[in-house]
Amino acid sequence: MPSDPVLDDLRKVCHDRARPAEDADAVAEVAARYVASPGSTEETSEVLRLAAQHDLRVVPRGAGTKLGWGVPPTAVDLVLDTTAITGVVEHAAGDLVAVVRAGTPVETLQSTLAEAGQQLALDVPTAGSTVGGTVATNMSGPRRLLYGTLRDLLIGITFVRADGVVAKAGGKVVKNVAGYDFGKLLTGCYGTLGVITQVAFRLHPHPPVQRFLTIEVDGAEAAGRAVAAIVNSQVVPTAVDVHQSADGPTSVTVLLEGTEQGVTGRVATATAVLGDAAASDEPPPWFGALPFDDRQVGLKLTTEMAGLPRLLLAAQQAADRHGLSIEVTGSAAGVLYAGLSVDVSPDAAAAVVTDLRSAAGSYAGSVVVLTAPAAVSRGLDMWGPVPGLDLMRRLKDQLDPQHRLAPGRFVGGI
Amino acid sequence: MTALDDTSTGLDDLAARLRADIGDELVLTDRQQLRTYECDGLAHYKVMPAIVTLPRTTQQVAAVVRACVAAQVPYVARGSGTGLSGGALPRADGVLIVTSQMRDIKEVDPPNQRAVVEPGVINLQVTKAAAPFGYYYAPDPSSQQICSIGGNVAENSGGAHCLKYGFTTNHVLGIELVAPEGDVVRLGGKAPDPPGYDLLGAFVGSEGTLGIATEATVRLMRSPEAVNTLLAAFESTDEAGGAVSAIIGAGVIPAAIEMMDALAIEAAEAAVHCNYPQGAGAVLIVELDGPTAEVDAQFAAVETHCRDNGAFEIRVATDDAERALFWKGRKSAFAAVGRISPDYIVQDGVIPRTALPDVLRRIAELSGSSGVRVANVFHAGDGNLHPLVLFDETVPGQADDAEEVSGAILDLCIEYGGSITGEHGVGMDKAKYMSRMFSEDDLDTMQLLRCAFDPAHLSNPGKIFPTPRLCGEVPGRHKGTHPMQEAGLAEVF
Repeated sequence: MPSDPVLDDLRKVCHDRARPAEDADAVAEVAARYVASPGSTEETSEVLRLAAQHDLRVVPRGAGTKLGWGVPPTAVDLVLDTTAITGVVEHAAGDLVAVVRAGTPVETLQSTLAEAGQQLALDVPTAGSTVGGTVATNMSGPRRLLYGTLRDLLIGITFVRADGVVAKAGGKVVKNVAGYDFGKLLTGCYGTLGVITQVAFRLHPHPPVQRFLTIEVDGAEAAGRAVAAIVNSQVVPTAVDVHQSADGPTSVTVLLEGTEQGVTGRVATATAVLGDAAASDEPPPWFGALPFDDRQVGLKLTTEMAGLPRLLLAAQQAADRHGLSIEVTGSAAGVLYAGLSVDVSPDAAAAVVTDLRSAAGSYAGSVVVLTAPAAVSRGLDMWGPVPGLDLMRRLKDQLDPQHRLAPGRFVGGI
Repeated sequence: MTALDDTSTGLDDLAARLRADIGDELVLTDRQQLRTYECDGLAHYKVMPAIVTLPRTTQQVAAVVRACVAAQVPYVARGSGTGLSGGALPRADGVLIVTSQMRDIKEVDPPNQRAVVEPGVINLQVTKAAAPFGYYYAPDPSSQQICSIGGNVAENSGGAHCLKYGFTTNHVLGIELVAPEGDVVRLGGKAPDPPGYDLLGAFVGSEGTLGIATEATVRLMRSPEAVNTLLAAFESTDEAGGAVSAIIGAGVIPAAIEMMDALAIEAAEAAVHCNYPQGAGAVLIVELDGPTAEVDAQFAAVETHCRDNGAFEIRVATDDAERALFWKGRKSAFAAVGRISPDYIVQDGVIPRTALPDVLRRIAELSGSSGVRVANVFHAGDGNLHPLVLFDETVPGQADDAEEVSGAILDLCIEYGGSITGEHGVGMDKAKYMSRMFSEDDLDTMQLLRCAFDPAHLSNPGKIFPTPRLCGEVPGRHKGTHPMQEAGLAEVF
């Protein structure tokens, strides 16, 4: 086999962890040419300098659990695999702070933190995901209601720019207003602004007691009433999530966490608010799970908090109108995830998205198509309208003027 | 014609255009009137602005910005002017845009847990407007009775209760801003997770360098069912620090944990007679809030941790009046220091909380070797120190010694992995320290964001960054000197 100078260069800078891409390395069905796995921030910088030198388009990849999310890239020359950049650099338990390398699986981080009775208070619905991939796609789950999302938990970041320059922002103290908060810009950027190599998180103690209260309700409006009553009560829930199955019941689950004595009292209050709720130490199976897999169209819908029941209803109506089924879960914070039935046609999917964008728009929200089979995504505006797009494009042009990183994956063709 | 004549003619023309655009009464050029605006809360920096504008609407803010851009004149936004880092320090060659006339609370929306306010609205007014519905606005800087939401957004203000509830950035969900070239842009709103880059997250805390907020959508939180507060007196800051570690180590996140050392207590007693326990080398104020059942369970544990770590007296507030008395000593601490020293520097640095005993010892050593007295007040839960460095300006050399000690404290913060500012911002005051905390590449990268928003470098130039970055081709008219060079010159005065 003739030698490939690009591959040789990549091998040199990352300890031989570079190879030609295989079919399985395709990104949203777009074939790649090379895969490189740098083992550190410095090696990542070398890889990106090489990519610039050889004019390679680069898609960063963690465990690949959401690699199909976002618009398919316009091209992929190099998959930059971060899974060799691993390890919990520091867990300062007394300071409730951890510093972790981007390729570390979130589960690994959590089990390290659990040894000190602590946690990163973030739900990651996709098993095996890395810290970096989770940050780059801004994942969150039910507990966002109390703890917020990554933008509230990430306190420091190290990343490598498209030109190979290593930059950091924030730090490893929770309170810090020195300099621009680049951690927030990298969060949810889908790899388009830089390659995240290390992050610092603020942590929370693991509450000693958890209890789940679940009620079945009669449709979206009843779910909305239950949700509103709980968030307006004094029980301070960690999560209030709803689930509307494709053709079965609608339910609401409330998570209460704290001391034994405290939770007992709050369960009593919440039960009085909800009526006949079943208490359990375990969540229902849908809780914290995404209602779709890789074969399906997966949507993220947002709304102001009080718009939740009407958006739930709109989802059901849109599905009925276009002859498909839809399963929805979501948080009282105003975020819903929806999965369309597996065999949905591109036209029907597009029609549902159009209907839901109109509905969400009435409640200050938006609809993003997180993932869809290529046949469907081609006919869809996955991100929808984005206020502030001009400034976003200008930011991209400053940080990655050649549009080398994850080209075309993000809003407005960024 | 000299350059100065050219500038002043340009400013006269600009003032005339501004009067035509937004109205005569909203444009000030009279020196007596301008003097009111020559400094913010960091009063030892003073610069008289060339022009002050008092817009009342978003469109008027945009008109002022567009006029400045057309004339290539720098501008600085200002809210109530309570900032402590000189972030709203005017430019002698520029326009000050004061947003305090925009003080309408547009909407209080309890079902969505949001309020929509104009930038001049006073922080505490948001809570007052939400209170009848059982809600409040969580960020509570000590100046909350006078500081504005616009200023809070610019500085990402904190407060005593941000240990549990976070900072301004965690409570602003949407913003309308006038971007540096004069466009009106909306980011976020009442719903969470807007698609695209989190420009809102970068805007909050950008100290007026990425544009001017003209409306904010903020989170309202349910007022807690129970609030329990105790005051614990210790013989030393080491013991008080031990109690803080024990409380956090036990998995309790109080709403606030505040510490004052002996000198800070002495000042507070002299100023407001807060009647803290006699002979205390340190006091802690610990506040828990939340559901009654939860607070009751945790409060007993907090008391035990305080006693186990040597608290010789613990007082528990029995009502709001008593709680207010506990807080009075703490909240008045900065001003109170004026009772024991003619002049002082309020420092704002952050360390990992567990480094507190070490850093306090090092501060004491610095104080001992330099002869400069330092009173310590801090948000102990999150390691945010506010050392008050005392001096007498009338004694030759003291001001310089105090400045040196104050800077050395920031070096300590960096050495222990902390930050040069926890809540007061970088502003004019700390731009020179930024390169001690961040590399040239870090600062260069941050300024790429600046270039995306403000390529001509007109929006609050000279703040945050020690050295401005050239943004490549700058659209618009150029004068003899590049605006960058002007910004660079302006930094060193």
